[in-house]
Order: sequence, then structure tokens, then C-alpha cells
Amino acid sequence: MSHAGEVEFAIIGGGLVGVAIGYGLARTGRSVALFDEGDVAYRAARGNFGLVWVQGKGNGLPAYSNWTQRSARRWPELAAMLRDDAGIDVSLAQPGGFQICLSEEELALRESKLARLVAQPGIEPYTFETLARHEVAGRIPGIGPGVAGATYTALDGHVNPLRLLRALHFGLRRHRGAYLPESKVEHIRRHPDGFMLDTHDRSFVAKNVVLAAGLGNAQLAPQVGLAAPVRPQRGQIIVLERVRPFLHAPMSQLRQTDEGTVLIGDSQEEAGFDDTVGLPVLATMADRAVRTFPALADARVVRTWAALRVMSPDGYPVYEQSADPPGAWIVTCHSGVTLAAAHALDLAPQIAAGVIDSRLQPFASSRFDVQKAA
Amino acid sequence: MFRRLPDTVARRAIAVTIDGAPASGFEGDTVAAALLAAGTSDFRTTPVIGSRRGPFCMMGVCFDCLVTIDGAPNQQGCMIALRDGMKIERQHGARDVG
Repeated sequence: MSHAGEVEFAIIGGGLVGVAIGYGLARTGRSVALFDEGDVAYRAARGNFGLVWVQGKGNGLPAYSNWTQRSARRWPELAAMLRDDAGIDVSLAQPGGFQICLSEEELALRESKLARLVAQPGIEPYTFETLARHEVAGRIPGIGPGVAGATYTALDGHVNPLRLLRALHFGLRRHRGAYLPESKVEHIRRHPDGFMLDTHDRSFVAKNVVLAAGLGNAQLAPQVGLAAPVRPQRGQIIVLERVRPFLHAPMSQLRQTDEGTVLIGDSQEEAGFDDTVGLPVLATMADRAVRTFPALADARVVRTWAALRVMSPDGYPVYEQSADPPGAWIVTCHSGVTLAAAHALDLAPQIAAGVIDSRLQPFASSRFDVQKAA
Repeated sequence: MFRRLPDTVARRAIAVTIDGAPASGFEGDTVAAALLAAGTSDFRTTPVIGSRRGPFCMMGVCFDCLVTIDGAPNQQGCMIALRDGMKIERQHGARDVG
């Protein structure tokens, strides 16, 4: 592996984004080495909520909605591939998803936001429903009196994100990809055969390098002439004990896994690199969950955690190849679960072929370079 | 099976029910200890595949000793002291909400 040019693709980052790209590249027959940091890393891939979610995404950038829709539609294909390649069922279910609103104002705001979203030029239109309280109650038994209504789209779903991460790693290995744990890449330099990567104790040469290091991309990207101005955004999650199935479809703020566990999430905080939980946010989340399902009031909390989303300035992904020399790629987003199918099945083959599709041009980092003065 | 060690201090007997049948333990027992001493080693069945489980750690970590106590499900038997008149039920599958 330390021989020049032996590895076609070095992927930096062993989270969902990196391993989805790595798996996709390995499936096309490319040789892949996946560099992963270690347990000191901020591991968004181990802390996320597990939604495969379309509803509400892409207000301001229709291409992002289209890309997200494409991934949701290709998700069953990815799940089937992972069953074959890794022998793991990632528990994909796409029964449609709800966003619950706890006041009339919240519902009206939500409806107008979605109406604006799907009316944008260039968007592949999809239908959403705005449901009054009694309509929600008809579809979801046990809804509390505090629920004013909900929005619903048929494209939404969820998956077991930890099994997804493991399945992608198994799939990568199945297709002869190498995994290098405890191998944080500290520097990337040009090399006659591509790029030279330095970890704390070794150096590697690869023809191409894909930066999928999450928040670490901010430091790595400039070393290969790219930009990834990403920042952490904290999300907290409450996990309740396993209970008998009562909720067949995911909600943006609450879902029940196929194993019966209830997850409560969807908080967003600007807290820097602090990934600790805090009672004020947890209490608000718990309160909203109990107003949504009063019966959850006596369910026990078994754990809580916080993780850091990888946010770009506008919240959309960054996909771009370096210009001079080419062969370095940036891949970053905050929806590594939803976009896993598009990353493995669409983006990875494009990277293998050396060109990012024109439909993904809106995700180049040049969109951040606005003129500083008139 | 478990046998009680000879106690140096006599302890007061406590009457409870296990799945509706009268049973007894001693003051200072945990619910899990009393169940084990009464010959009950499978406390619950798992929510997903329904396999039988009994206490593993006896110190509040493994959650394999979950039972229903006085109607409240998912109680950790190893962390709760036995009280007079407790209605202890083995728990089958996941609890219900509501």
C-alpha cells in the first residue's frame, strides 16, 4: 500500500459518507483504502437519528431536493445490495413520514414552507399533505390532544444507522477495499503519482483522494486546493426503552425502530465542538414528545447523547473535484444516512469516471465565494 | 439453582406474589434475589425474538432482569428492594405504552 500508485482511491473518513463512497468505488472495481481516525473522532455516523428524509429539504436550492429525492428512491436498491454484499438487513422502511405541529401557527408556517419549496423552478415536484388534527389521529393512534396537525410525504422513511455503517464497511471489505483504523491523515501533499498522505507514523501514495472527513474536511480541503467551510451543529437524542410497536411511520422528531426502541431528536444548536447533552434542550424535546404521545410519559429514558452535524454555510452538501492537479475530491453533507444511496450508487461511479455530473454542479464550493463588496 | 447462605442475622420474611402465586423473600432482598431464591431464573422474554432472559449482572447494568412490579413494566429487579405485598410478574416481550 505504501508503493506509489498502488491505491487508486484513498478515502479519508470512515463515517457514513466516506464508507458509502468507498463501497461504491470498490463495487466499480477500483482499489480503495479507507482511512479512519479513531474513537477520539467526532463521529456523526454513530450519533445520528436514522431518517431517510425528503420532506422540507431544499428550500432555496431545488437541486438539493432533487438529489435527496433521488437518493430516497434508490435506497431500496442500496438496501438490497447490502443484504447481498454484507449479509446485513439495515431495516429500511419507507412508509412515508410525518412532521408533527403542536400549534396552528406552527402548522400554517410548515405548510407555507413546503408549498414554497415544491413550487420552486427546477424542482421535481412531489406531493405533501397537510393534515388536520383528526386526520393525524386517524392515521396514528395515540396522538395527544396537543397535536394541531402534521405534514406528510410518502417519500420519507427510516433505517437502522448503526447497521448501515457496519453493512457498508462489510460491503467495502467484500469488494477488496482496505480499512485503516487509527490512521488520521494529518497532511496531504502533491506527488508525481497523485497525492501523498501522511498519518502519524506512515505515508501513503494514492492516485486520487476523497475527503470525507466530516468536520476534519475544513482543515484538509485547502491542502488540495479545495474549500470546505463546515462547522459543527449539535443535535441531541433521547432514547426510550423498548416498547411494543405503536408507531408505524417515522416522524421528523420521533421514531420507533424495528426493535421497539423510541428515539426523540431533531434539536439544533450552535455549540461549537461541545458534544455534551444539556437538560434545557432535552426537557423541551421530552415535553414535545409527551404532547405528541401522552402515553410516553411513563416510558423510561435509557440514554441520551449529543452528536455534531457537519454543516456548510448554507446547509447543503459540497461535492467538487480539485482543478490543479485534479484527482482530489471533496464530499461533505449533514445527511449521510439519507444520501447514502446517492453517494454509493451515483456519486461514487462519477468519481470513478473522473467527472462529477452537471446536475451536481450547484454543490461546488464556488457558491460560497460571493463578492465581498459592490 | 441458587441456595441462600446461612444468615448471621435473622431477617424478617416478606410475602409477595410471583405471577399471581404466593411467594416469600426476606427483608433486604432485591426483587431479583427473591425471584432467584424462589427458583425463578427466567424473568422475561426479549422484545424482538422472544428468547428467555434472566439476571446477568445483578448490579443494574445489563437490563436482563426486567419484570413488571405492581403493574409498572420494565423494572430492574436487581435494583429494587423487596416490599410487602409486591405483585411481581415476569415480563413477556416489550412493554406496552398507554
